[in-house]
Amino acid sequence: MNGQSTSERQQPLIVGAGPAGIRAAQALVKAGLRPLVVDESPACGGQIYRQRLVPDGRSSRDLYGSEAQKAEALHRDFAALDGRLDYWPQALLWNLRDGRADIMVEGTSRQVAYDGLVLATGATDRILPIPGWTLPGVFTLGGAQIALKSQGCAIGSRIVFLGSGPLLYLVAWQYMKAGAKVAAVLDTAPFSAKFNLLRGLPLFPSIVLRGMRMTAELKLGGVALHYGVGDVRIEGTEKVGAIAWRQDGLEHRLACDGVGYGLALRSETQLADLAGCSFAFNQRDRALLPERDAAGRTSVAGVYLAGDGAGITGADAAERAGERSALALLQDRGLPHDASRAATLEADLARIGRFRDVLEAAFPFPAHWVRDIADTTTLCRCEEIKAGEVRAAIGQFGVHELNRLKAVSRIGMGRCQGRICGAGAAELLAHETNRNIEAVGRLRSQAPIKPVPLTLALAAQPEAAE
Amino acid sequence: MSRRLEVDVAIIGGGLVGSSAALALRGMGFSVALLDKGFCGAQASGVNYGGVRRQGRPIEQLPLSQRAHAVWPRLKALIGIDGEFLRSGHLKLARNEADMAALETYAATIAEQGLDLELIGHNGLRERFGWIGDGVVGASFCPGDGHANPRLVSTGFAAAARRAGVEVLENTPVEGVTRDGDRFALDAAGNLTLRSRFVINSAGAWAGPFAESFGEPVPLSRIYPSMVVTEPMAPVMSVNIGMTGRGIYARQVERGNVVVGGERALPLGDVDLSRPRGEGALSIMNRAAALFPGLRHAQAIRFWSGTEGAMPDENPVIGPSRTTPGLLHAFGFTGAGFQIAPGVGEVLAELVRDGETETPIEAFSIGRFKEISARTDAGSGAGQNQEPHQPGEIRP
Repeated sequence: MNGQSTSERQQPLIVGAGPAGIRAAQALVKAGLRPLVVDESPACGGQIYRQRLVPDGRSSRDLYGSEAQKAEALHRDFAALDGRLDYWPQALLWNLRDGRADIMVEGTSRQVAYDGLVLATGATDRILPIPGWTLPGVFTLGGAQIALKSQGCAIGSRIVFLGSGPLLYLVAWQYMKAGAKVAAVLDTAPFSAKFNLLRGLPLFPSIVLRGMRMTAELKLGGVALHYGVGDVRIEGTEKVGAIAWRQDGLEHRLACDGVGYGLALRSETQLADLAGCSFAFNQRDRALLPERDAAGRTSVAGVYLAGDGAGITGADAAERAGERSALALLQDRGLPHDASRAATLEADLARIGRFRDVLEAAFPFPAHWVRDIADTTTLCRCEEIKAGEVRAAIGQFGVHELNRLKAVSRIGMGRCQGRICGAGAAELLAHETNRNIEAVGRLRSQAPIKPVPLTLALAAQPEAAE
Repeated sequence: MSRRLEVDVAIIGGGLVGSSAALALRGMGFSVALLDKGFCGAQASGVNYGGVRRQGRPIEQLPLSQRAHAVWPRLKALIGIDGEFLRSGHLKLARNEADMAALETYAATIAEQGLDLELIGHNGLRERFGWIGDGVVGASFCPGDGHANPRLVSTGFAAAARRAGVEVLENTPVEGVTRDGDRFALDAAGNLTLRSRFVINSAGAWAGPFAESFGEPVPLSRIYPSMVVTEPMAPVMSVNIGMTGRGIYARQVERGNVVVGGERALPLGDVDLSRPRGEGALSIMNRAAALFPGLRHAQAIRFWSGTEGAMPDENPVIGPSRTTPGLLHAFGFTGAGFQIAPGVGEVLAELVRDGETETPIEAFSIGRFKEISARTDAGSGAGQNQEPHQPGEIRP
C-alpha cells in the first residue's frame, strides 16, 4: 500500500468507478478516509456515463443527452478527489477473499489487504439465446451504446433494436440522434404493457415524459415500432443480413446489418459471491442476488453493495446507494456519519424502487420464450453448447440444479463463466424440469472472475517483508 | 411426512466409489439405496483432476489399480458414456538426477506389476515430447494410463445406478446409523428411515463420524485440490503429465482446455467449501507456462477446488469393519481415488456377496489404526493429526 492512509486501519476498497463507486468514494474521502478505487475502464463514469476514448468533438450533450449534467458532475467530482484517494483504472480485481484482493494492474497482480469493501460492480445485458444471436453484427444493447458513446461507432448502417427494458428505446433514440439509420424497434412486450408507465407518472413524471417523447421522436424519425414480437430469428451466414419475427400470428422480415439486443440487465455478482455474501431470490430481477439491507450492508461484515451490481435500479439509484453504503461503512467503523442524509437517501431509493416495479411491468422479461428455443440454437457461446445438448444432458443425468448442469454440459464453463449464458441456462433448466426459476439455483462464482494470462506475475509485496 | 425403505445394501456417499458399488451390487441382484448429503459426484469424485493413473501409486494399491484399469475402457458399455476417457499415457517428469533416480527405483520395485513403465532420458524426451520445455532431465512413461472427465464419470455412474434400479437419494444426509439386531437402521433427512442388511461407508471426507460411531476412529483429514483451466488451445500436450515431488500435473482435454493442478486450496469458513488461493494459482500458472512453452500466451479462465478425504499414510481405508458385521468402509483416498474407484466398487460388491475378494486389500484395513484407537479416547480427537509416514517407513 502507499502508506498514506489517514486511518490506522487499512484502506477501504471500492470496486467500480461508475455512479455508485464515485459517490461512495466521495463520501469516504469527505470523512477523512483514503479509499482505493479499482475500475476496469480507463476512465471513470461506469457504463452509463462512460467517457470517450479520445476527444472527438462531441459534447457531453451529444453523448449523454438529458443526463449530461449528471455525467459532468460525476466526472468532475471524481477528478476533484485526486490526491485524496488511490485510483487504479484499467485494473481487474480477479480474486477476493477474507479481506484480501488480487488485482491485475499494469501487467502484474498485486495483492491488496483492505478494510471495508464497497462493491459497485454494475450490470451487463441479459439475453436469451435466439437463432443467429452469435452472428457478427449482433450486439447487446449495452454494447451498442458503448460503441456509440466511447468510440463514436455505430454497429451497422441499417440497425434493428430488439428486446425489452428502458435501454431498448434509449439506445435506439441515441442512435437516431447520432445520425444512424434505425430500421425498427422490436419490443417483446405487448403495447398494452406500456400503460403501466402511467402508474409511474406520479413518482417520476420527468422520466416517464422523457420516455414518451423519445418514443414519439423515434416514430417521427420514421422508425417502425413493433410490439409483442416473438419467435425472433436473426438471419445471415457470415454476418447479420436480416431479422425475422412473428407478431399477431403474422411473419415479418426486415433486412438489416446490425442488431442491438437485450432483455433488460443482469447484475454482476461474482465478487459479492467470492466475498461470501448470502444470496436470495429477487422477483423483480428474476435472479438470485446478494442480500443487502436498505443501507447496502450484506451478510458479511464490512462488505457493502451499491448500484446495479446488487439489483437493477439504474444510475440515479446507483449514485444514492453508493453514498448510502459509504455512510454505512462510516457508521460501522464508529466514525461520524450524517444520519439525516442517510435517511433522505434511503427514502429516495425506496421511491426509485417503486418506480422500478413500474418499469418492470412496462418492460417484462419474455420468460415464455424459453419454451421455443430450438435445439439447434447455441446456448453457451464460449463452449459452443447448443440448447439441444443441454436438454439431453438434463435428461440423461437427471439434473435439476444449475451447477450440476454446468458440470455435465459445460455451459458456463468458458471464458465468460456463465455471465452471458447463465440466465438463459437457468430459464431452460427451470422449464425442462418444470421448476420455478429460483429453485434451479445460480452458478457459483469462481476466480478468476475474468480471464487472466497464465504468465501473470505476482508483484513484489512490500508489506510482506514485515 | 415420513418414509420407510428396506434394502439389502445402504450406501452412504454417492461418489464414484459408492455409485460404482451400487451399480455392481444391482448387477448382482441386490436391492440398493445410495444416499448422498448433496448431489452424487459433486464432491471429491467430481472435482478431482481427472488423472486415470496407475503410475506412482504405492505397490500395495497396484492390484486394485490394475483391476480398475480394466473398467475404464468399458465405461460406455457400463454407464452409457465414455466419460471422455482418453488412454493418452502418463508421463512423470524428473527435474533433477535425484528425481530420476526415484523414478528408476519405483520402476524396478513394481516391475512385476504389469505397468510396462518406460524410462526416458533427456534426449528421448526432446525427441518424443518436444513440447516440454527445459529443466526436465528425464521421465517415466506409463503408456496404458490416461485421463478422463471426473464431472461426467462420477455423475454418470450415479445416473446409471439409478437407471439400473438403485434408489438414489440425493440431498439426503444420513443423520445416524445403528445396528439393530441383524439389520442396520439409518435415519436420514426428510424423515427417512432405512433398514438394510449391509452398510457401505463411502462418505469420503465425511466418513470419519460414521466409522467412529461404530468404535473405529480414524485419522481422516481433509485436503483441497487446486486446479487452473486455460481457454481452449490448439493441441499442446499429448499425454497426462505428472511430476516427481508433485510440483505440477497437467492434461489437455479434447476440447482444447488445459487443466493444470498443483498446490492446495484452502477451506472457507465452512470447511466443506474451499477455494484456490490466488497466489497459489498464480504460482501453478507460472510454472505451467515455464514448463510448456505452448501455453505462454494462454489465458486462465477458471479455477476450481473441492473437498477430499486424506489419510496420514496416503492409503485409503477399504474393507470390512472390525467391530460390526455387515459394515464396509471405503474412504480416505487422499487425492488419488479417481482411477481406482471403479475397482473399489467391484471389490465392495464382492465383499457383500461373498464376504471376500480375490483382490488384495489387507493393506487398507481399518485395523491398521487399532493401536491408536486403543490408546486414545475415540471422542477426544487425539490421534487425529499424526505425522505422515515417511517413504520406506514400516507401516503398522
